Amino acid sequence: MNKLAWFYFPARLAWRQLIFDRSKLVAAICGVLFACVLVFMQLGFKDSLYASAASAPVKLSGDLFLMHKQSEAMWRPVQFKRSELMRALGNPAVAEVYPLYLGLAPFKNIQTQVKRTLMVYGFDPDSQIFNIDEIKSKQIDLRLKDTVLFDEYSRPEFGPVRQLLEADQNVTEINDYKVNIVGLFRMGVSFAADGNVITSDLNFMRIFPRRHHSDIDMGVIKLHPGASAKQVEAELKSQLNEFINIFTYEELLKYEKDYWANTAPIGFIFGFGTVMGWVVGLVIVYQILFTDIANHRNEFATLKAMGYEHSYFIRLVFASAFFLAVLGFIPGYLLSVGLYHLAESQMYMPMPMLLSKIITVFMFILSMCVMAGLLAIRKLKDANPADMF
Amino acid sequence: MSTVIDVEHLDFSFGSGALTQPVLKDITLSIQKGEIVLITGPSGSGKTTFLTIIGGLRQAFHGSVRVLDQQFINSSEPVKVKVRQQIGYIFQQHNLLKSLTALQNVSMTLEMGNTLTEQQRRDRSAEMLIAVGLGDRLEYKPGQLSGGQLQRVSIARALVGQPKIILADEPTASLDKQSGYEAVSLLKRLAKESQTTILLVTHDYRILDIADRVVELEDGVIKKV
Repeated sequence: MNKLAWFYFPARLAWRQLIFDRSKLVAAICGVLFACVLVFMQLGFKDSLYASAASAPVKLSGDLFLMHKQSEAMWRPVQFKRSELMRALGNPAVAEVYPLYLGLAPFKNIQTQVKRTLMVYGFDPDSQIFNIDEIKSKQIDLRLKDTVLFDEYSRPEFGPVRQLLEADQNVTEINDYKVNIVGLFRMGVSFAADGNVITSDLNFMRIFPRRHHSDIDMGVIKLHPGASAKQVEAELKSQLNEFINIFTYEELLKYEKDYWANTAPIGFIFGFGTVMGWVVGLVIVYQILFTDIANHRNEFATLKAMGYEHSYFIRLVFASAFFLAVLGFIPGYLLSVGLYHLAESQMYMPMPMLLSKIITVFMFILSMCVMAGLLAIRKLKDANPADMF
Repeated sequence: MSTVIDVEHLDFSFGSGALTQPVLKDITLSIQKGEIVLITGPSGSGKTTFLTIIGGLRQAFHGSVRVLDQQFINSSEPVKVKVRQQIGYIFQQHNLLKSLTALQNVSMTLEMGNTLTEQQRRDRSAEMLIAVGLGDRLEYKPGQLSGGQLQRVSIARALVGQPKIILADEPTASLDKQSGYEAVSLLKRLAKESQTTILLVTHDYRILDIADRVVELEDGVIKKV
């Protein structure tokens, strides 16, 4: 009972004082809510950025991946010789190797004729390096000349491709080269590319006439069943040329993610936005707690005269901060869920509301409120019972 | 009879150096258990300062101030907090917590000790409010009560903890004659029942007759006892 009362009594008084002045409470909650939404959105965009950055590699199906050491990320690759990939076949654990060609090129909107850059993937249509069902079922079509598949999750600026296909309008230009869209698949956009197109390696060379078959952007290696990717990776490192980066699937995802987080300033921008949200929320909550203490100064001084200890009021302030954190977080969370859905439908970027993110943001808001409490308790010194008489 | 408040040669001044302003000069006064003592005097005579020193709210450095057998001169905060918990305070303004009901306000005194259950606290606070004639106003908040009622709630708050001393500073200042007199007689009646000492500062001459003893202060000196 004693331990409980130690926090229960000041917390109950804090609660009663909070709910007494409804309009001020609403203002206070709005402040926390604002900070909460801001932090949720910043973290959401950041995670979405990472998720979408990895949306292409996620769909790749392979055990090991080769890239040039000078390639910063998949969207701006440096080519290396196809023969380097073929050398990997010398390792007995390697079953198959396939090249992947990547290039950014303008795609002409069939309706408006406006051109917008998207990512073009070229691969051997006899291979199974994409883990996307629509691609697997359309591989025979891709063997034909000038055929491509279009990513349905591309941004709407590329035109309503599905409706156009249904209306038999499937001819457009990529890199000023006429192609037929023979089907759709689903992959998702990233910060690097607003859309995606997949085609055969031969068609890729037709779209990009300066590219050569022997200069590849990525190599996908499939191992025999039972082979250890880690071990083969180590062996290949000593066998292949030193300018080749070898990744396992997880390492490739991490490499892509790290690029956006560290090399590109985008990770920093969202981190900065998150901190700013924290600071703005801190100032708001501090203001609220501060004026609250100032308004209750006489009451606190009276309680002090009656024999309440200073620490009672410190607990009271922190209890207020805690209540504000919780009361602001709940509507902030609900609003953010709505905004996440809006962002997903409007920007075609994945914005999952994960439990880990919810906990992170709550901790963030809580730390913000506690910090505001720490700053505000200095004001308690003003409550001097001797001034009450 | 035991001595509850024992003050000897108390000197007190505000400010320091050339700006030193003496407020209390060589005060000697002792008050017995159950006694009701009024301190009167013109404003600026130091009576409120004296009350805050007795209440352990202001630190004095010269002389001797013993309250409930604790020396207040150069004492530490925890010592004073302990004594304060055995004192009931009644202020010029009621100083009730706006966000709490009358019942909750009175209970605040009992929450400090934390020896009772919630139900016991409620019962005792309600009893005390009934004793001051506010049995039908338990769930009212300060904003819904009149001045006289508010002062009676604060009397209930001061008395509910069964303090050994009540310190009151101009309790009738914000009340009209009748409710002021009622409040003070109520205070007297309840205090006499429980043998509580009352030290009351006032310059309201209408209530002098409730006192056992009147002490007059002028310019920090006791004029007559």
